[in-house]
Amino acid sequence: MIEFKNLHKRFGKLTVLDGLDLEIKQGGIFAILGPNGSGKTTLIKCLLGMVIPNKGDIIYEGKSVLRKWEYRNNLNYLPQIANFPPNLSVIELIKMVKNLRPKTSNEKDLITLFGLEDFLNKKLGNLSGGTKQKVNLVLTFMFDSDLIILDEPTTGLDPISLIHLKELIQKEKSKGKTILITTHIMSFVDEVADEIVFLLDGKIYFKGTIEELKQKTDNNNLEHAIANLISKQYA
Amino acid sequence: MLKILKYSFYDLMRSRWSYVYFIFYLLLGFVLLFLNNNVSKAVITLMNIIIVLTPLIGTIFGVMYYYNSKEFTELLLAQPIPRNKIFMGQYVGISLSLTLSLVLGLGIPFVLYGLFRSASIFDFSLLLVVGSFLNFIFVALSYNIALSTENKIKGFGYAILMWLLLAVVYDGVFLISLIFFNDYPLDKFSLIATMFNPIDLSRILILLKLDISALLGYTGAVFRKFFGTNFGMVFSMSVLVFWVIIPVFRMNRKLRKKDF
Repeated sequence: MIEFKNLHKRFGKLTVLDGLDLEIKQGGIFAILGPNGSGKTTLIKCLLGMVIPNKGDIIYEGKSVLRKWEYRNNLNYLPQIANFPPNLSVIELIKMVKNLRPKTSNEKDLITLFGLEDFLNKKLGNLSGGTKQKVNLVLTFMFDSDLIILDEPTTGLDPISLIHLKELIQKEKSKGKTILITTHIMSFVDEVADEIVFLLDGKIYFKGTIEELKQKTDNNNLEHAIANLISKQYA
Repeated sequence: MLKILKYSFYDLMRSRWSYVYFIFYLLLGFVLLFLNNNVSKAVITLMNIIIVLTPLIGTIFGVMYYYNSKEFTELLLAQPIPRNKIFMGQYVGISLSLTLSLVLGLGIPFVLYGLFRSASIFDFSLLLVVGSFLNFIFVALSYNIALSTENKIKGFGYAILMWLLLAVVYDGVFLISLIFFNDYPLDKFSLIATMFNPIDLSRILILLKLDISALLGYTGAVFRKFFGTNFGMVFSMSVLVFWVIIPVFRMNRKLRKKDF
């Protein structure tokens, strides 16, 4: 479904992606992990067309995505930091994004799910970080797309919303969708992810199921297994 | 693009600063008319203020909007819209809302005072047209700076520096060079030098229309001698159009390679 081919990206002298190859098949939840600055967000942004790679190609649903934009109609993205225009109200923002994407959406259920009814007419500038993240989640999940990309989805969420988020992710997976998640919260990965993609030095260091990772690192605890992978970088 | 434009425009129209700007022009219009008691005299005073102030406000609004809406722009970039449309929409949205503040803020007092019965209506309209041009030019220039500068503080600094350079320093250097090279023919030099500064160009354009020789200055006089009043106006207006087109063109080029 998605294929990264020999992807290179440099920011000035810093090489972030160094000939990365990765193939992700349709369906399932993939956690993209790696130490800080390993290129997780850059990888995602390349796929979204926000960062332009120096070299290499990205294929999504059989077509190259570089310099294109129509393909984005079939993917949903949750950005890391939700910062919206402070003068718009929640409902206006939702309407605006709907307006930009001529596609059916089910924002009503999501608004109820996250208890946002009372905030609909409030200005975005007056919302707390957690509430903004909920709005962010509504905007991401309200469209029916084959690919969902979540960049640190758990930031600022209260426990109930976190449970809703997990349910939501499982529901989308059961529809046969592909979900990419980056996070640093290992318990979250342990709970939801089917497969792990571990980035190190701009390359894929490990790709496989959680069980395979635990076997490979000879560690029964995911958090320690990942720490084990990261520490090899410093060794 | 129209959708983005619409939302940027609404967003700005609801921000406090648009109103502050609008009310400032409103007060300025009333005060000038009250003090001068004459529409055409007020237009001259107004010219001096507009020519310095609209570039400054355009510059500040441009950089501020760019950096403040950065995360939101990222959200838009992930939507199925080509990126140049997002930025063109934002650019036109800011420029339009600033222009609206200018036109309404100054228009209301002058219309109430009896602009339509005055002979200065064309002078006044030209003033507003030039003010709008300066908005579009300086928002485009500041967007260029912001797009090329990751660091917010630096971007802000460069933008203010650009304004200072064009509004103040340029004239000083220009004047010094005129004095210094007094012995040489300077007509062509001053003609060309004027075209490289939209603020000078706007000033001459308005003064040509107002036809006040005393205020024209050296460059203005050269301009009039070289082009004549009417052709001079058409010419300077077209150079102003270029001052909008070139930064917008560069903006689109920059966008093709920019990482967000």
